[in-house]
Amino acid sequence: MEYFIELFFSGLTRGSIYALIALGYTMVYGIIQLINFAHGEIYMIGAFTALIVTGVLTYYGWPHLAIILIAAVLAIFYSAAYGWTMERIAYKPLRDAPRLSALISAIGASLFLQNYVLLAQTSDFLPFPSLISDFAFLDPVSNLFGTTDFLIYTTTGVVMALLTFLIKFTRVGKAMRATAQDRHMAMLVGIDVNRIISITFIIGSATAAIGGVLIASHVGQINFFIGFIAGIKAFVAAVLGGIGSLPGAVLGSLVLGWTEAFFTGYVSSDYEDVCAFVILVIILIFRPSGLLGRSGVQKV
Amino acid sequence: MKRYASKRCLAAILVCVAVFAFSGVGLAQDTIKLGVAGAHSGDLASYGIPSIRAAELVTKDINAKGGILGKKIELLLGDDACKPELATNVATKLVSDGVNVVLGHICSGATKAALNIYASASIPVMSPSATNTELTLSGDYPNFFRTIAYDDLQARLQVSFARDVLKVKRVACLHDKGDYGKGQSTLAKQFFEEAGIEVVLFEGVTPGAVDYSAIVQKIKRENVDLVVWGAYHPEASKIVTLMRKKKMDTPFMGADGIKDETFIKVAGEFAEGVFATGPRDNTKNPLFIAAKKAHQDAFGEDPGVFFPEAYSATLALLNAIEKAGSTDFDAVTKALRSEYVDTPVGSISFDQNGDAIGIGFSVYQVKNGVFTTIQ
Repeated sequence: MEYFIELFFSGLTRGSIYALIALGYTMVYGIIQLINFAHGEIYMIGAFTALIVTGVLTYYGWPHLAIILIAAVLAIFYSAAYGWTMERIAYKPLRDAPRLSALISAIGASLFLQNYVLLAQTSDFLPFPSLISDFAFLDPVSNLFGTTDFLIYTTTGVVMALLTFLIKFTRVGKAMRATAQDRHMAMLVGIDVNRIISITFIIGSATAAIGGVLIASHVGQINFFIGFIAGIKAFVAAVLGGIGSLPGAVLGSLVLGWTEAFFTGYVSSDYEDVCAFVILVIILIFRPSGLLGRSGVQKV
Repeated sequence: MKRYASKRCLAAILVCVAVFAFSGVGLAQDTIKLGVAGAHSGDLASYGIPSIRAAELVTKDINAKGGILGKKIELLLGDDACKPELATNVATKLVSDGVNVVLGHICSGATKAALNIYASASIPVMSPSATNTELTLSGDYPNFFRTIAYDDLQARLQVSFARDVLKVKRVACLHDKGDYGKGQSTLAKQFFEEAGIEVVLFEGVTPGAVDYSAIVQKIKRENVDLVVWGAYHPEASKIVTLMRKKKMDTPFMGADGIKDETFIKVAGEFAEGVFATGPRDNTKNPLFIAAKKAHQDAFGEDPGVFFPEAYSATLALLNAIEKAGSTDFDAVTKALRSEYVDTPVGSISFDQNGDAIGIGFSVYQVKNGVFTTIQ
């Protein structure tokens, strides 16, 4: 039973990491039905920004807490700026083009950002400092989860709650929902659709940056390629949960994380991905629109 | 055209060497003939050319001092392009030209094909680069020696270290499912089992995954004495960090894939005490530095791959002839197995199988943030 609980928390960590990235994925998809493949790269850029800021501030001997806060805030701003620019350059001109063109453009943006960081920084792994000192009150459960795991759980929960609140109860959220339902109709009733889409990208990128900082300090190392693998897994999780649904993204991520952890724990880690994708296929056969996705009528 | 050119070049070298030899001693029979065989043209020429250069540099030195046993050294080149079928032709040609000892061949497959021909003519052969385990350990080729570590050596070293020094009973072998990682781990598992040590966990983890706590929990539950990691350093640093954070003090050992400064940089304080095997460091050996400098002076560039091994092999062969007092097969092989010779890869001799003693891999441990040699 103890082993089961240990594996449960291992899966919770993995799932929450996927969820932090999947939230941004699913939000962008919900608004403009675009699979933003470059989302993982925004996450990676967030981590790199935090690393650079930390390095500079540590050099000047700033206090620890200030470094964390400034690094996180700058990472969020910088990633959000990237998200906004990317939308302007790579997606907006293709707004009325076939959906496949926008998808190719997304893959292009992803490769561009990866190679840009590869050339501007390095291909080697860089150590990411553990910015957050261990919480003493977590010491009794350190065999289950550590400080960074704990922060990832709580942040995932808070981000999901905030985003749900934003979409359900604010004016911007209402405009987002309207844009998601019918972009032309939303325009007709006076919603600045371009602005709403930009805001969506900015918010999605900001969540990716939060994920980048937290996950990098959990893993302890970053390189230019981390966004790709994490992005693919998060995308799978978002589809599993029902793409476009915020609670769905979190649920899908947790299901994926637990599947991998329990399979590793009780069977073998050699086939954890195989098992995870078998589960994905089975769930999609019975619920084609994902666990919490709405099976809406396809617009013709 | 290229073939033709290289043949002419080869002929020119032979003529030069021959003229030199004639002028020194006067009689063609009074030279010691050193065959240099391997890939001198084609895709893999970059593996073979350094051995020619090494042989040239060594023989030039020795001939300038009057040769050995009063005879000058003559080089006979043979190009097998790394192909087994050409290697047998090269070997037959060298044997009929009356070669005394052979430096080569370069590729394991070509070496294997040529060895029987040399064996029937009683000629000792020493390769600077053929790493196939069978070549020495099978015992089929008593005339074969090499100055490079064989493929399995690293895994065997890990196992003997774990058994004799760490005295482990249960180990977990982990890898990243890749060619290098899985190959390394499979060998380690096989040798651990042969040594009577239980391998309770043999698994591949997904490289690049965001979190490895599930596999770490599994290691903890199996209660092993040692974790043997077969693959590269990024996953190793993640796993060892998680293990230490979960207050597990199980020793962790990796191979040359983690013996990299980045591992220590990334894992930081958690890298402390980690074991790693890796190639022995020769760069501070004065003979290595001298050989490298000689190459730079003569050819205007840094030496290629296997140059130090080829340089050492040439030295070892010629030293053995000198110590044996003749080119007789039994005397020379006996001298190779009993005499130590100082070379760029260290002070070496050869064991019964023909593998060099004193080369290969060392065990390192991270102490105060640097890899320190402990065995």
